[in-house]
Amino acid sequence: MNMAFDVKRIREDFPNLAAQGRDAKPIVYFDNAATTFKPCQVIALTHSHYCHRTANIHRGVHYLSEVATAEYESTREKVRRFLNARSLSEIIFTKGATESINLVAASYGRKFLKSGDEVIISQMEHHSNIVPWQMLREETGCVLRVVPISDAGELMLDEYRKLLGPRTKLVAMVHVSNSLGTVNPVKDIIKEAHSAGAVVLIDAAQGVTHEPVDVQLWDADFVVFSGHKMFGPTGVGVLYGKERLLESMPPYQGGGDMILSVDFDKTIYNRLPHKFEAGTPNVAGVIGLGAAIDYMNSLSWAEVIDYKKDLLQHGTKLLSTIPDLRMIGSATEKAPIFSFTLRDIHAHDIGTLLDREGFAIRTGHHCTQPVMKRFGIPATSRASLAFYNTREELEAFAVALKKVVEVFK
Amino acid sequence: MTDTSGTAGHGRDIDELYQQVIIEHNRHPRNFGALEPHTHRAEGYNPLCGDHLFVSLNIDEQGTIQAVSFEGDGCAISKASASLMTMALKGKKIEEARMLFDEFRRLILKEMDAAREPNHLGKLTVFSGVWKYPSRVKCAILAWHTMKGALDNAKTVSTE
Repeated sequence: MNMAFDVKRIREDFPNLAAQGRDAKPIVYFDNAATTFKPCQVIALTHSHYCHRTANIHRGVHYLSEVATAEYESTREKVRRFLNARSLSEIIFTKGATESINLVAASYGRKFLKSGDEVIISQMEHHSNIVPWQMLREETGCVLRVVPISDAGELMLDEYRKLLGPRTKLVAMVHVSNSLGTVNPVKDIIKEAHSAGAVVLIDAAQGVTHEPVDVQLWDADFVVFSGHKMFGPTGVGVLYGKERLLESMPPYQGGGDMILSVDFDKTIYNRLPHKFEAGTPNVAGVIGLGAAIDYMNSLSWAEVIDYKKDLLQHGTKLLSTIPDLRMIGSATEKAPIFSFTLRDIHAHDIGTLLDREGFAIRTGHHCTQPVMKRFGIPATSRASLAFYNTREELEAFAVALKKVVEVFK
Repeated sequence: MTDTSGTAGHGRDIDELYQQVIIEHNRHPRNFGALEPHTHRAEGYNPLCGDHLFVSLNIDEQGTIQAVSFEGDGCAISKASASLMTMALKGKKIEEARMLFDEFRRLILKEMDAAREPNHLGKLTVFSGVWKYPSRVKCAILAWHTMKGALDNAKTVSTE
């Protein structure tokens, strides 16, 4: 294990880690795939924006508006660098990954997909990367094709290749699965799709905290993620899109800021990226997202990756010692997400009993009902870890799980 | 979490929820399975957690519940609640079943202190700790809503 990563110091940056749970027990937060805690730096910058620099952006000629606009737009530059995008025009702020996918489905999808055209997704998609395409299907008559997953929870790439064809217009695929932890070979997925002439959207909501996302290296057409799953505020997210594609797409919503001029006879839309940012955006949220990116940049990716790999290996080993625990998702390339069933104990009973011990985990279908169906289970219990979690927490977790089994003996 | 009684220590809270009675009824649910003939039947569903069950009743012309059963799948709380409900309802009049529904609902929402207020809940008071777990209240009440739906001739009941 790489000891260069000083988790004790890192934990001091996250005040929420000191929170108390039920009966004033200290919390062990293992629900990071749902949302992450925020470091002081994010909280402080959001707070100071509201205390000292509140203003609407882009239109004011007054000082505060200029300051807020500069902060907002400087975050766009931070996101551009974070993703290694070519241009600021390619970074659209949304309210989250879900809205980003809906934007692409509604704008790109409605314009370019016709009846009989095919959209390929996978069996491990979050509902947010299924339903927008079903809505598009309703409207356009396009066809949804689904790449199956193996018993280990890995994408079946041979099946994917078989599904690709001249009718494939779009591939929408998750980078890191929120319910299985599987890390998909994004670069290969995109390359194959491009060979078939399809554009690719990558849902990187879990992936942005797992490894660096380089949209040019990937050659991705669209990438979406949310701020709150990467230590930023809720209610803010990003759509990356290749400039050529975004230029060809009609606006998603109409309103202020997305126009250059409005007359009752004719309205002229604004340039990118503003064309897709109608209305007053989540100014404080975007600024907070900038602080979250700064925070992530202050860490070493190599250290974070090593540390999380150690958590994954340690956790996998510990949980394998619990009798009748069935791990759902055992991909070779995996994030520290432990999704499991335990004997015939219902996930919600496990969740409540663990909650009593201070463990915050997620139980249920994790917005991935097709995954549950694939494994023939109604729900799983899921512990999802971030870099501020520790080996000691995992050890305590294994003890608590053994106690759950005792209750149901 | 505030507890005005001052008696609920660490162990007790959960013991109140996962009492032996509940664990036992989860493992060996009573009146579990299809009921033929039946006069009333409804389906209950909690889309949030996937709890899914059917409640069937056979009610005679005098309005007495002659038999009641449940089928389905769910967590320990929902299964034990359904099992204990079927035991409580057998032989009761429709009006009594509705009254019990109301008392049970008030119990698990902490609108009633079963130790002080007169009630007809009996064994059902094992669920008096559920209010401390708001996300689990729906598990405990699903079977009851489904039963009430059956009495009201509803086909499907959802707790969402």
